[in-house]
Amino acid sequence: MAARKTTKKPNVSAEELKTYYREMLLIRRFEEKAGQLYGMGLIGGFCHLYIGQEAVVVGLEAAAKEGDKRITSYRDHGHMLACGMDPGGVMAELTGREGGLSKGKGGSMHMFSKEKHFYGGHGIVGAQVPLGAGLAFADKYKENGGVTFTYFGDGAANQGQVYETFNMAALWDLPVVFVIENNQYAMGTAQARSTSSPDIYVRGEAFGIPGEIVNGMDVLAVKAAGEKAVAHCRAGKGPYILEVKTYRYRGHSMSDPAKYRTREEVQKVREQSDPIEHVRELLLTGKHATEDDLKAIDKEIKEVVNQAAEFSKESPEPSLDELWTDIYA
Amino acid sequence: MATEILMPALSPTMEEGTLAKWLVKEGDTVSSGDIMAEIETDKATMEFEAVDEGIVGKILISEGTEGVKVNTPIAILVEEGEDASALPAAAPAAAAVTEAAPAAVEAPAPAAAAPAAPVVDLSPDWPADAEMKSETVREALRDAMAEEMRGDEDVYLMGEEVAEYQGAYKISQGLLDEFGPKRVIDTPITEHGFAGIAVGSAFGGLKPIVEFMTFNFAMQAIDQIINSAAKTLYMSGGQMGCPIVFRGPNGAAARVAAQHSQDYAAWYMQIPGLKVVMPYSAADAKGLLKSAIRDPNPVIFLENEILYGRTFDVPQVDDLAIPLGKARIWREGSDVTIVSFGIGMQYALEAADKLAEEGISAEVIDLRTIRPMDTGAIINSVMKTNRLVTVEEGWPQGSVGSYISSVVMQEAFDYLDAPVINCTGKDVPMPYAANLEKLALITTDEVIAAVKQVTYR
Repeated sequence: MAARKTTKKPNVSAEELKTYYREMLLIRRFEEKAGQLYGMGLIGGFCHLYIGQEAVVVGLEAAAKEGDKRITSYRDHGHMLACGMDPGGVMAELTGREGGLSKGKGGSMHMFSKEKHFYGGHGIVGAQVPLGAGLAFADKYKENGGVTFTYFGDGAANQGQVYETFNMAALWDLPVVFVIENNQYAMGTAQARSTSSPDIYVRGEAFGIPGEIVNGMDVLAVKAAGEKAVAHCRAGKGPYILEVKTYRYRGHSMSDPAKYRTREEVQKVREQSDPIEHVRELLLTGKHATEDDLKAIDKEIKEVVNQAAEFSKESPEPSLDELWTDIYA
Repeated sequence: MATEILMPALSPTMEEGTLAKWLVKEGDTVSSGDIMAEIETDKATMEFEAVDEGIVGKILISEGTEGVKVNTPIAILVEEGEDASALPAAAPAAAAVTEAAPAAVEAPAPAAAAPAAPVVDLSPDWPADAEMKSETVREALRDAMAEEMRGDEDVYLMGEEVAEYQGAYKISQGLLDEFGPKRVIDTPITEHGFAGIAVGSAFGGLKPIVEFMTFNFAMQAIDQIINSAAKTLYMSGGQMGCPIVFRGPNGAAARVAAQHSQDYAAWYMQIPGLKVVMPYSAADAKGLLKSAIRDPNPVIFLENEILYGRTFDVPQVDDLAIPLGKARIWREGSDVTIVSFGIGMQYALEAADKLAEEGISAEVIDLRTIRPMDTGAIINSVMKTNRLVTVEEGWPQGSVGSYISSVVMQEAFDYLDAPVINCTGKDVPMPYAANLEKLALITTDEVIAAVKQVTYR
């Protein structure tokens, strides 16, 4: 992972920087709260936190325009918050309540929003990749100019269906950005132990799909790469691959003790490459914001997250009739 | 304000754990994300992070303590200037939230011993005076797709060899010419991938028809069919449905051996969220495929290679859409009910003809749709004949027939005068040799023998 010590003055407004700061902080505080509610037994089953990877979705959402679609795996809370889905609705889905975005029937891994063009939330590793290409297929068919962001991890990148999809996406020039969120661990298996090539995006070359490595701890770098990829797709040139190098601070899921890496490794990334600290520094050193300004944002985010948590506790469990609804349209 | 830090649940099954080690001490300042303690769960030793920032005011549970219940306060976090010693002693452990008793789900009422006859839709599928024309199943399927594609721009056909080759079994003959390559799309031989792309396009607002060259190859794609197509409506709380048809030949053809000769009716029948159709006649193939394409749900449409070239009378009406979930009574009878579907109907009807010569009157029901199943039509008939034989090409264990048997036992037990017999394919992979293949398949003679057994002849 590239270290963060960039001193180049970024070409970005103070307002934009503050927006990214706010959005990344929302994801982090939300996920910390989710971890806490899990610890209290309010959230059950699997819960995959996005802490450390915030710059990836926030940077790419900054490159998207209205109507663009997104789809991802089970580590999906960050994606939903970044595309504007209601934090209360997400948290209440985590607690399995009526007010959840899937009425409590999907859980952490399965939420959707037609309104925000968020297509899940998929629990089978790699399955969202052809689905994302299919969304792009629909956009191309309808000639609506839309682009689909299809997120998957370094682990999913070894699934066969990913390459079946690369082939068809290239063959049919589908407007899809494949975002490989390379957090370096496929659950507990380090990339070097699971993946034959050090870089994954190069596999696209075999299909004629261009791609590049992106520093996923730098929201501005992610945004710039996202804009390039989206422009490529919108110009009708077919798919594009972004391999975004990032890092997950927490375990694969809540019950992962993460013994496959050292505490020092995690600590080092936190201290040297944290994506939120990066923007914080840019804001302060560029005199775009004062400590007090940032404290006010922190407070505001804390309030949003607390409200989401309160809603997720107060919202009732789904009515028992819900067992039998939504099986057929 | 002081905050209690509670013993966390760190796995889906953890109820208590050991507080193995404190990594902070009283007086330390912590911020969110700092590791505070190591906790041993039932599975592993986990690190426990701070969520809020503050000062560790008091440690309530010392390290090494075993059997600490989830949600027991283990420490108190204070803000700067607050005095932890002034705090009241830790409150008793908060009641574990997870212990809330799940509300009891009402058990279904036990089936009445003698049920009222179910309400069955016996309306004709087309007007009695409709002009009939002899057509093959192949033509009927093609016409159904062409008619629906003419009526709805969002309907498209995708699959191996469906376009330029005109269909591996010529079902899509002429469609490329009429609708062009945008709507009739040849895919590479990658069932998993193109099934997923088709499902994604359905989420995106299109209405795909996916042709599998045979359903044997759909096993490569079954994760997308079940996990993505069938379950998403439910998982999304009703927001995102998947209007899609997966169609193609299913079951044994002739001399193509084990990997190309399997009937999947019972497999797909099990999945809530899917509809499963398996027509026999050309009229049903047409009318049901049209309905399947219009249906807002994922539909598995199981055809049969041997039936493709067979001719049947097809009514020449403007819009032959036959509702899914409605069985068809092919022939009325009084001594026994024979239920089948797809190519099984061939044996059922032949058996009924021969049985009639021997004075046994068989009622033959074509299910046509396996899910949702028109069990009412079966029960209605069994209440009249008191005997039931099911016929299918698939394997015996977990067959469609075994499900029908269980339904009839639960809902019409008192009407049965003999045990139900399920005629199925033999419990073996399909052999290649002609004589062995013949032995593995269901035969008309086996159906006749089963009927004689249940009628005690």
